[in-house]
Amino acid sequence: MKKNAIKWSTIVRVLLVVLLISLVVMPTWFSWAFQPFAPEKGPIIYERASLLSLSLSHLGLVALASIVATLVAVSLAILVTRPLGTAFLPLSRTITNMGQTFPPVAVLALAVPALGFGTGPTLVALFLYGLLPIFENAITGFSTLPPATMEAARGLGLSRWQRLIRVEIPLALPVILTGVRLSVVIALGTATIGSTVAAKTLGEVIIAGLLTNNTAYVLQGGLIVGLFAVLIYDALVQLEGLLLARYSISND
Amino acid sequence: MIEIDKISKLYDGVAAVDEVSMTVDTATITVIVGTSGSGKTTLLRMINRLVEPTSGEVRINGKSTHSVSKTDLRRRIGYAIQGHGLFPHYTVARNIAIVPTLLGWSSEKIDDRVDELLSLFALEPDQYRDRFPAELSGGQLQRVGVARALASRPDLLLMDEPFGALDPIIRAQAQIDLRRIQQTLGSTIMLVTHDMEEAMQLGDRVAVMDQGRLVQYGTPAEIIQNPATEFVANMVGGVDRSLRLLSLFPVSEFVEDGSAEGESVEANTSLRDALSICLWTGRDALPVVQDGSLLGRVTLDAIRKRAAIS
Amino acid sequence: MIPARAGTFGLSAPGVLLALFGFASLLAPFMTLAANRIVEGKGLTAWQLAGPEVIYPGLLSIIIGLILGLFSSWPRVRLAGAVLGLAGLFWLLSQSAPQLLQGAGEYARVSPGLGFWCLLAVLILLMADALTQLSPRPMTRLGLLLTIVTVLFILLGSGALSDLSIMKEYASRQGAFYNAALRHLGLAFGSLAAATVIGIPLGILCYHHAGLRRIALPILSFLQTIPSLAMFGIMIPLLGWIASTVPAAKAIGIAGVGFAPAFLALLLYSLLPVVANMVSGLQSAPESVRDAARGMGMTLMQRLFRVELPLGLPVILAGLRIALVQNIGLAVIAGLIGGGGFGTFVFQGLNQTATDLILLGALPTVALALTAAIVMDVLVEVTQPSQSAQHTQGMPRKPS
Repeated sequence: MKKNAIKWSTIVRVLLVVLLISLVVMPTWFSWAFQPFAPEKGPIIYERASLLSLSLSHLGLVALASIVATLVAVSLAILVTRPLGTAFLPLSRTITNMGQTFPPVAVLALAVPALGFGTGPTLVALFLYGLLPIFENAITGFSTLPPATMEAARGLGLSRWQRLIRVEIPLALPVILTGVRLSVVIALGTATIGSTVAAKTLGEVIIAGLLTNNTAYVLQGGLIVGLFAVLIYDALVQLEGLLLARYSISND
Repeated sequence: MIEIDKISKLYDGVAAVDEVSMTVDTATITVIVGTSGSGKTTLLRMINRLVEPTSGEVRINGKSTHSVSKTDLRRRIGYAIQGHGLFPHYTVARNIAIVPTLLGWSSEKIDDRVDELLSLFALEPDQYRDRFPAELSGGQLQRVGVARALASRPDLLLMDEPFGALDPIIRAQAQIDLRRIQQTLGSTIMLVTHDMEEAMQLGDRVAVMDQGRLVQYGTPAEIIQNPATEFVANMVGGVDRSLRLLSLFPVSEFVEDGSAEGESVEANTSLRDALSICLWTGRDALPVVQDGSLLGRVTLDAIRKRAAIS
Repeated sequence: MIPARAGTFGLSAPGVLLALFGFASLLAPFMTLAANRIVEGKGLTAWQLAGPEVIYPGLLSIIIGLILGLFSSWPRVRLAGAVLGLAGLFWLLSQSAPQLLQGAGEYARVSPGLGFWCLLAVLILLMADALTQLSPRPMTRLGLLLTIVTVLFILLGSGALSDLSIMKEYASRQGAFYNAALRHLGLAFGSLAAATVIGIPLGILCYHHAGLRRIALPILSFLQTIPSLAMFGIMIPLLGWIASTVPAAKAIGIAGVGFAPAFLALLLYSLLPVVANMVSGLQSAPESVRDAARGMGMTLMQRLFRVELPLGLPVILAGLRIALVQNIGLAVIAGLIGGGGFGTFVFQGLNQTATDLILLGALPTVALALTAAIVMDVLVEVTQPSQSAQHTQGMPRKPS
């Protein structure tokens, strides 16, 4: 029963990956499917830029913003969970709580007056917004470590630095990863809207479709972005599951 | 009178409760005792149909529990559980009033009943009526839990490890209280516990369950004098207490003449350790040596006797 | 929380940081003056804005406000400092704008600059930090929020700020602004209402049937993952098809573009927080309580209404909070598919590179989201049974 379930989900994943890759690399294969949505005699497949290059630029933007955001957010979280930084803990919680009620679109829109148009401001907006969920989760991760384990680490004579590297970060990792996943999903979505501020992303396809009333474009762009998001989300969930499973075994 | 008639519960073909039959007299306390997984809680929960039996029947005063709806049945049967299960968003009075309210009692009647029960459980009504569960101590919570179960004057009160969450010191007092209240009200109580001492102390009759089966059912005295199986004997033996006692005596005090096979033990070894060596190596006796010379042997029987005397 | 901030000499570490940042922000351009609404403006620092009779009181209150924020053991003084600073900030803004515009040409525009925005953020954070220290009761918080909103409305209504570029943008589209506001609220609250009507029964069903739960929750979280622009985009052909095949649907206004696809997309996004928090809310009643309720003969409905719903209410409301705040933000995207709302201004502004038009759309959205979050937080806290220390469970919030 369970074995079957695993097989099924794997098959679905593989199929979706294949579908996504072919949509990106060989979009013309799908002309027949998008045909009914295109305006009469209008173009069916988006060709102003290759879908592959848009995808790569989209993913690159998200990856860069998320990696930098992870590094910065985790470092900040480590700082405010040390004795020296605890004075900043309430304030940083307030900032993350308030910051996360800011709509990501608004952050993107507000980046434009400050930084202008293009990929740069989008990157900054993705980075800034991406900090918050990672920071929030990292704080949770670092402040809810099992006290017995921490006591044992001290008792074993590990220095502060060793405790951080060998115990705290590995134990907080699954929670941090949840934050990274949230942040990546947000970034994927915000990057899509980034094409309204002239960033080179897959949003371009959807926007072009909306502007020219070409539903085929809208559907293409939407499908590709949606598939990327769902598959990346799923991959990160699997990664978290793997980590958690490993910890629960080693804890036995 | 409650008659349990060949009741069974199968989970995936495995019997959690296996054809248990017993009769419980009105106005008595019957304690069902067993280790975890013995089926004792399942048996209890089949009486108010929180678990539906696979086969068999329960009759209360001659009427099958299946002749009424589940909810009506449960409203007639009090139910108190470990960790009390009080509603955290209800005051003490409202908690006690739940079943009477469900039964549609008038509010004066309910108020009177709440005060009566609070007084019975030594909780000053004016002081406790309007408190929330979070404002009570563990012992008080437990008493309110039992009071709630008794609120509608049920034909039967089912209790599942009612003292399990209590401190051992309060637990003794709670048991005495329950006895007193049961005698005052003449209630019929069926109580589940894993603690044989509690069973002996509270039960008019004790039912010992093991692996889904009722292995013995009788008065505490009958069970102590004639344990039906080794399992019952072990449970009654107060294994823990006698083991602790055994560790106080060295084998040298129980050496008898004779020889034994296998590795020897030193004379200052405790009886407890000797017992565990016997059981571990499967021998009936151990040679005892002191300063390298053989003193004699200590037998499993002798150790058991010492344990039994205690 | 209080011992953590007892720094040396009673100085509040966050207060020091905020003050330093605040003083640094004073050096940045406080306002910008541009020849028209499109071109980039020239930055002016606070002391270049106007005559001394305007600058001194303004600067002084900001500086004193920041200094008052330093004393960790006097949270009330810190709060007062933040209020004083904010007053100074808006004084400078409102008093210097007309002076700057004098003789600057017919199309000249003044806008708040980087310095203003940074100081605004610093002072709001100072206020928030002081409030965290005071930890006011929920009703006090609500009162504070009401006061702030009232002051803001009075400030905007008084015309003191009407010389600012953003207010000029507003003045020239007053009608459109109210329509957008109504549409935005309609989208956010309407889809939340629909999500509640669907999500609450669905959540109850999921709570009772593990099988349904295992199917429904993953589907809803995958829906949540789909980027909003893609989701809004996919809704268009879907609803277009419905409108063209079902005449009745078209008659009630369902169409491929506009309100309907935006509404449906928001509805789909809100389902996850509503349903997931419904389930975990219902599950939050302790096992022993649920067992006791069953054992006492409560029916399914009695257990639901008397035990599970009341005990789960804070968690259920927290789900609605997430959905509402998320909807307010996502409704901006509706502006791209002709669904109206504040997004219209944001995207028009981006098209015309008119910064103040972008702000005219973005600022009300942010304010609305913050207000909704604060009000819902108060609601969550008020429904928290004061006796039992349950904490709300957060659901991952939706992105963009």
